[in-house]
Amino acid sequence: MSEATALVVLALSLAAAVTGSRWAPDWAVAVGGAVLLVALGVTSVTGARHALASFAPTIGFLAALLVLGDGCRRSGLFEALGSTMAIGSRGRPRRLLALVFAAAAGTTVVLSLDATVVLLTPIVFATAAGLRLSSRPHVYACSHLANTASLLLPVSNLTNLLAFHASGLSFTRFAALMALPWLAGLAIEWIVLTRAFRPELLPTSAQAPDPERSRPLPRFALAVLALTLVGFAASSLIGIAPVWVATLAALVMTARERPQLSEVVRAAQPGFLAFVLALAVIVTAASAHGLSSAVDSLLPGGSGLLALVAIAAIGAVLANLVNNLPATLIVLPVVATGGAGPVLAMLIGVNIGPNVTYVGSLATLLWRRIVHAHDETVDIAEFVRLGALTVVPALVACTVCLWLALQVV
Amino acid sequence: MRAVIWISEETWMPCVRHAQELLPARAEVTLLHVAPSDVEELAAGGPAGLLGRRRPPRPPHERDLRAVSDAEARQILEAARDLLGRDCALAARRGRVEREVVAACADADLLVAARDGARKLGPKSLGPRARFIVDHAPCTVVLVWPEDPPGIDTIPPPPPHRGDTGH
Repeated sequence: MSEATALVVLALSLAAAVTGSRWAPDWAVAVGGAVLLVALGVTSVTGARHALASFAPTIGFLAALLVLGDGCRRSGLFEALGSTMAIGSRGRPRRLLALVFAAAAGTTVVLSLDATVVLLTPIVFATAAGLRLSSRPHVYACSHLANTASLLLPVSNLTNLLAFHASGLSFTRFAALMALPWLAGLAIEWIVLTRAFRPELLPTSAQAPDPERSRPLPRFALAVLALTLVGFAASSLIGIAPVWVATLAALVMTARERPQLSEVVRAAQPGFLAFVLALAVIVTAASAHGLSSAVDSLLPGGSGLLALVAIAAIGAVLANLVNNLPATLIVLPVVATGGAGPVLAMLIGVNIGPNVTYVGSLATLLWRRIVHAHDETVDIAEFVRLGALTVVPALVACTVCLWLALQVV
Repeated sequence: MRAVIWISEETWMPCVRHAQELLPARAEVTLLHVAPSDVEELAAGGPAGLLGRRRPPRPPHERDLRAVSDAEARQILEAARDLLGRDCALAARRGRVEREVVAACADADLLVAARDGARKLGPKSLGPRARFIVDHAPCTVVLVWPEDPPGIDTIPPPPPHRGDTGH
């Protein structure tokens, strides 16, 4: 009974997040659900408090990163990236794609996939259109790399941030183990996308852009980001938590851009932070009542190559069924007992997997189809086909690279 | 004679140049551009996959992307009209490109379109769009090579006759 209650609350919270209804916001449903689970005794007050305490540092880290990303947006970083890519491409589509790869991978690594999806993708769309080039390969690259390039650092994806805390790895060791899988993922995306979009990438009669219209890159924001990365690397050496580096960077960018306090609060997305915390409580309750043992029986033990590939595959399937955030919360407690290898293999699955369904999960996809039923029909077959072409080889290659890295690093 | 010229980002220049040479002066010409709406949908739909995040406040509204895309269509059509150097109608559509091109030819006598696809010889020398247009256009289709047509010496030697093998 307790298990069924916890699962129903979990399903309702996810449904609220997927549908994005205004009268039942996801954070309110999730927080209400978590409170209900405590009130019904499905989870104890101590259990809920423990879950909150263990996820609170991650939520603080996330808030700092969101504010830092918003500061970079205010400084005009993404518009400047667009103009730099336009000029650097000299009007040639393949060059533009290479620059989009660099920009999308860099943005995802440092500012997380949210920044690439929300802030960079529209700029890339406009950049290609401004050059009178087909924007299709470039928009696809952004949307794929937001997932695939999010393997490298703990800050590149919320899933990494959650797993980073549970894995006990240092920032630099996480990056060292994920560097090779990250490169393998990028290489596979490049090979598949340049082949799939070969006609769009042939040299065209497009004119080279006018360098007079360039916007300079904001040096201050770039310097803050570079120093933040150095700070993350140094944090484990000098023994301070990387969350303080992110907080300092967010404060510096806020001091520079001077947004109003209400804008800073909005940038930190308190509703989202509450949603993640509440979801963590709900999943912890569901895990204690049988979800964990169900997942445990599904996952292979050990950290051999085949076990890692199986964990990555299961992570990918789950991420496509219920989105990668709940998938991570569900699988993480089970794999965390196996050490760094299984945790990172799960991340490969939940981070790259969503490339199959372009909005991150089947539930979101189906819901969008219903909402847009009366709009123009959107052909998602191409995205799913390209997703399948990249996800399967990327999962295998990245996991093999992870296994190699685990032997060496 | 009513003629439609399909203006796409990749191949509009060769199409216009061929049309200049081919079309009689009295032809009524329409330049047609089709914006693929699924790319905008992809660019705008990404945030939906970010579970629980606030819907993005300003930048990537679909309407903004559509404005960008409409402006680009207008620019490319005007550039094509300048290159063509004669009076013509401009038509901008959006949707599935190949279907919109065919639909725009409902009253036309002639369509000038370029090959798309990987530009290699053989049965797949046409991409899916050009294939659909060639198969379904309700008028004569002039199919233009985006670059110089391949020489006659690029044809591979014929395969052996079926009866020849093994005997």
